[in-house]
Amino acid sequence: MLLIPCPWCGPRPENEFRYGGQAHIVRPARPEAVDDDVWAAYLFLRDNPRGRHAERWRHVHGCGRFFNCVRDTVSDRIAASYKPNEAPPP
Amino acid sequence: MTQPFRTAADGRIDRGQALRFRFDGRSYEGFAGDTLASALLANGVHLVGRSFKYHRPRGIVSAGSEEPNALVTVDRGPGRVTPNLRATQVELYDGLTAFSQNRAPSLRFDLGALAGVAAPLLPAGFPYKSFMWPRSFWRRVYEPAIRRMAGLGRAPAQADADRYLHQYRHCDVMIVGGGAAGLAAALGASATGARVILCDEQPEFGGSLLAEPDVTIDGWAAPDWVREVVATLADKVTLMPRTTAFGWYPGNLIGLAERLTDHLAQPDPRTPRERLWQVRAGRVILATGAIERPLVFPGNDRPGVMLAGAARTYLNRYGVRVGSRVVIATTDDSAYRAAADMHRHGVTIAAVVDQRAAPDNPLVEAVRALGIPVHVGAAIGGTDGRRRVRAVRLANSRTVIPCDAILMSGGWTPSVHLASQSRGKLVFDVALGTWLPSDGAAGACAGTFDLAACLRDGTVAGGSAPGSFAVASLPEMTPSPPSAPLLSHPKAFVDFQNDVTIRDLAVAAQEGFVSIEHVKRYTTTGMATDQGKTSNLNAIAAIAELTGREIQDVGVTTFRPPYTPVTFGTFAGPYRGRLFAPVRLPPVALADAVVEDVGTWKRARCYPRPDETVEAAVARECLAVRNAAGMCDASTLGKIEVIGPDAAAFLNRIYTGDLAALEPGQCRYALLLGEDGFVRDDGIVARLAVDRFHVTTTTGGAAFVLHHMEDCLQTTFTTLQAWLTSVTEQWAVIAVQGPRSAAALAPFIADINLAAMPPMSVREGHIGDIPIRLFRAGFTGELGFEVNLPPDHAQQLWDTLRAIDVTPYGTDAMHILRAEKGYIVIGQETDGTVTPDDLGLGRMIATGKGDFVGKRSLSLPDLSRAGRPQLVGLLPRDPAVVLEEGAQVTETGRAPALGHVTSSYRSPALGRGFALALVADGRARIGATLRVPQGGRSQGNMRGKTIEVAVVDPVFHDRPGQRLRVRPGPRPALLPLLPAVPHSAPVARPAAAVEMVALAPMTLLAVRAGSHAATSIGLGISVLLPTVPNRSVIARERAALWLGPDEWLIQAPPGVMAPSATTPGATTPGATTLGATTLAAQARKAAEPYPASVVDVSHATRALEIVGPRAAWCLNAFCALDLDLSAFPVGRCTRTVLGKAGVVLWRVATEVFRLEVPRSWLPYVWACLEEARLEFTDDDPPEQLPG
Ligand SMILES: [Zn+2]
Repeated sequence: MLLIPCPWCGPRPENEFRYGGQAHIVRPARPEAVDDDVWAAYLFLRDNPRGRHAERWRHVHGCGRFFNCVRDTVSDRIAASYKPNEAPPP
Repeated sequence: MTQPFRTAADGRIDRGQALRFRFDGRSYEGFAGDTLASALLANGVHLVGRSFKYHRPRGIVSAGSEEPNALVTVDRGPGRVTPNLRATQVELYDGLTAFSQNRAPSLRFDLGALAGVAAPLLPAGFPYKSFMWPRSFWRRVYEPAIRRMAGLGRAPAQADADRYLHQYRHCDVMIVGGGAAGLAAALGASATGARVILCDEQPEFGGSLLAEPDVTIDGWAAPDWVREVVATLADKVTLMPRTTAFGWYPGNLIGLAERLTDHLAQPDPRTPRERLWQVRAGRVILATGAIERPLVFPGNDRPGVMLAGAARTYLNRYGVRVGSRVVIATTDDSAYRAAADMHRHGVTIAAVVDQRAAPDNPLVEAVRALGIPVHVGAAIGGTDGRRRVRAVRLANSRTVIPCDAILMSGGWTPSVHLASQSRGKLVFDVALGTWLPSDGAAGACAGTFDLAACLRDGTVAGGSAPGSFAVASLPEMTPSPPSAPLLSHPKAFVDFQNDVTIRDLAVAAQEGFVSIEHVKRYTTTGMATDQGKTSNLNAIAAIAELTGREIQDVGVTTFRPPYTPVTFGTFAGPYRGRLFAPVRLPPVALADAVVEDVGTWKRARCYPRPDETVEAAVARECLAVRNAAGMCDASTLGKIEVIGPDAAAFLNRIYTGDLAALEPGQCRYALLLGEDGFVRDDGIVARLAVDRFHVTTTTGGAAFVLHHMEDCLQTTFTTLQAWLTSVTEQWAVIAVQGPRSAAALAPFIADINLAAMPPMSVREGHIGDIPIRLFRAGFTGELGFEVNLPPDHAQQLWDTLRAIDVTPYGTDAMHILRAEKGYIVIGQETDGTVTPDDLGLGRMIATGKGDFVGKRSLSLPDLSRAGRPQLVGLLPRDPAVVLEEGAQVTETGRAPALGHVTSSYRSPALGRGFALALVADGRARIGATLRVPQGGRSQGNMRGKTIEVAVVDPVFHDRPGQRLRVRPGPRPALLPLLPAVPHSAPVARPAAAVEMVALAPMTLLAVRAGSHAATSIGLGISVLLPTVPNRSVIARERAALWLGPDEWLIQAPPGVMAPSATTPGATTPGATTLGATTLAAQARKAAEPYPASVVDVSHATRALEIVGPRAAWCLNAFCALDLDLSAFPVGRCTRTVLGKAGVVLWRVATEVFRLEVPRSWLPYVWACLEEARLEFTDDDPPEQLPG
């Protein structure tokens, strides 16, 4: 079980969280204005890196907030977590 | 004479306490403090098992968890049979019954040993190459035969009769291994004030010190020093003997398996047999010691051949001589200690055979001085004996030395398994010729073999200054690096447990396997439960030699958890029987219902009368709804209040319809799409006020919809001001449906005129004192109402309506009634690839309202292409036929399929079978005939037949919808409800260590608001809303709990009801509602002009208090939070997970925790906590459910 640092509640056990997929996928502001390929990419194309991965989690059995984590997909180490409106750490 | 190999005195066994035990049916005697292995050896028994592949006789090799051979089955009675226990770790108790494994018919005579004769036919990789053809033989011949021959032990056949529990724990320093280094580390760590856990797999701390009576530390004999240190540590450190750290997982999570009762003759049935600890450690110190390596020589697997250090442990710790005439074979100085000690106890040391040309240690001279012959530069070339070694033959020599035991030492391998599991770095130590953890280890695990250095380094690892210990020890020794195995002897065993020889490794090398990981998998060396504890480095050395490389260039395999096998029971823990899956009960009793599982809920399928079949009951219930009135407990539907100035705009983004167009008091059926345009959920959206909506979801979709809505609000439509509160458990729902429904309900409702309610409308009002939300809506196509009311009153309304002949109906009837109307069910007519138009619900999409989730995808070409599945009705030509759900719909009865049957029932109203189906271009096929082949699961004589069906419109009943638009009659005279059913709260179960108390209902408000509104609300209701996460504020009798950055739970005493309005003997939901209504109004008013969401949730949860010194312990059996007072002080509160239930946890005093449990989860949570507290009570254990 991972230990996930919630930006509000601090480090908490993984079973309090729900995974939310890759982070920083921005919904087009005007979906009707983008062509089908751009929309399909928004819907379906995701990274699958070996190593550093920015991803969404929600502290569903805690403060209820969505936030982002940078997790190493090899070691499962979480380098940082930050609020949705914040930029990922360098 | 019993125990002929016991020494006259000494050892840590209790010679005053003799214990009887049985091994393979024979009775023996041992002493308290023995292991099964030491007791067998004391009786001269070395032969304890047959090997995995060749069924060779095998003896005890080691004295610890590294034992590869002595695997036994211990039988503690029915449901308590454990195979594959290492005899070296089984503690003796009076009456212990154990069996050897892997032999047929007996240990001494084994037919399978013929495989040993055939050994040349069974080299590495043999199964891969030989058992491939013919293919049909694999399952029928080869596999059963191999399974019978190979394998370890036998899986128990009965359900496990023991209890198991879990425990979550946090600490600053986790020390694995309680030998010299681990004890010193615990001293060092506890001196810093850190929270420390020290575990050891043995029943006693001390490790190798327990076998060192001649070593002194600070003037104490080593075993006595251990006793003193353990006493010092006892009140500062969590000491866990009999506890194996079996795994090191990401985030410094250490898995511990604690064995609590296996060593007891008469365990308390309340005590769990084993406990799985999941320890979250700030840092981990590995003090796991080192494992002695066997030597690889021909015949090195005969019973009587064992590790020299093990023989010394048996001698010094258990008072057992492992033989009377022994040969010692070594490449390491440490074996000379065994020679000296055994000589002192009267064992004849026939020879020391040292492979080294010139061993240089004072010990060697000391042993020579005792008159023991020492052969240097010599090696064993073979051994004699079948069930026990009889003699040693020296290599390249005619010398034969008779003996009854061979003690071997190939040096010591630091036990780095856990470091490897943690993906920590291992570094190669050239001098030792082996790998060490790069950091975080102490003692022999870190390559330090000098006792004083182990102790000093241990205190440093613990976080203190180097401790100074006065150690009087034997001469210092540096372990030797692994020696090159004798490759000229292909039949020498490298891995005893997996029966891998030098020859197998040579085959692997010859076939081109270079990577050690591949060699491991090809030969199985180092695999399975043993994980190469004794064999790994020897195998690597052999591969290095065979492939002309250095050991460090061959590399080391990754060790896998568990370090030693862990029982399934330990992992399953309490999650079996009644706790296997949570059971949530709806508000109306199911006593007279046929029940089905719907997710975690139990729901009524139907309510058969005595002697009525299910089918007849369902038909009767359907007709009652069509012709009179029926009622259904629909409480499991998800319910969400959506509140805020932008609530309508937000819902317009979430659902396909135009919900902003709803007037307060109106409601509408709504479809929720995924962003991919496919239907995910449906429900009814009701507008209670301009800024306040009550939204229903499907039963199974409740959690998803709330999560999805929060996602949209928090991350996508972030400018919209709206808040969500789940009220699923706040409101029970009784659906009253049918032409007589209004007449049945109206007499009980004074303040709502049913006749004035148009279809799809909502009103707030009362039944007596009881607040209700009344929907004119339904799922049956009839005039109908859904009464939302506090769950405590659901049974009361139910019983009252039943007394006036409203017919209860269950989910079976509900499904038939909705399907007759062509109403879809999410997950039945939808599967995540179905659009609104596919379902014939294109009209649900409001095109003029702007963007919503899923809208853009609807214009993707694939979502509007020809040939998409479309919902149609199917009528079998033969009206008696009921199609199989899921059956393929075809043109001709053969492929290709045009679609599939999604729902299929017998309709009592139509008097025939009918179905809904998704069929390609289905709407254009209406009128056509198609064919539906029936599969193997279809009923009776339908199996395998192809059924002709007519494609029809999916609405079978009242297509114009006239019955929905009926105007209810005028308001009748009022009637009272039957008396309330007294609610049976679980009672308090007092005990000294922990007590559980169900609290009386309170007023609870869910407040969601921005910071300005929150401040104002706090002032307005006289309890400030905390802004620091997970804190609570108590003022007078009110409390405010922070649950999220815009979310609080307000607790207050229930309101005071006017006595006349209170039903005598009833519970107080009316009172809590009154209190909540008043308080909520205060809060809303205080927030102005800022928007805020204030929702009464008084009925949604029930409060429990867990009280006593063991309260945190009981919670930590099911909750992974750190509940230490330092981490979770008084006043701390949070949502969390308890078992499988989401709860709010609040520490109200040092030893008092309050839980707010969603009411349907209360029985589950109660049962969890009862299981956890059992061991601290005198209660009779509940019957263990099987499975
Ligand atoms: Zn949180």
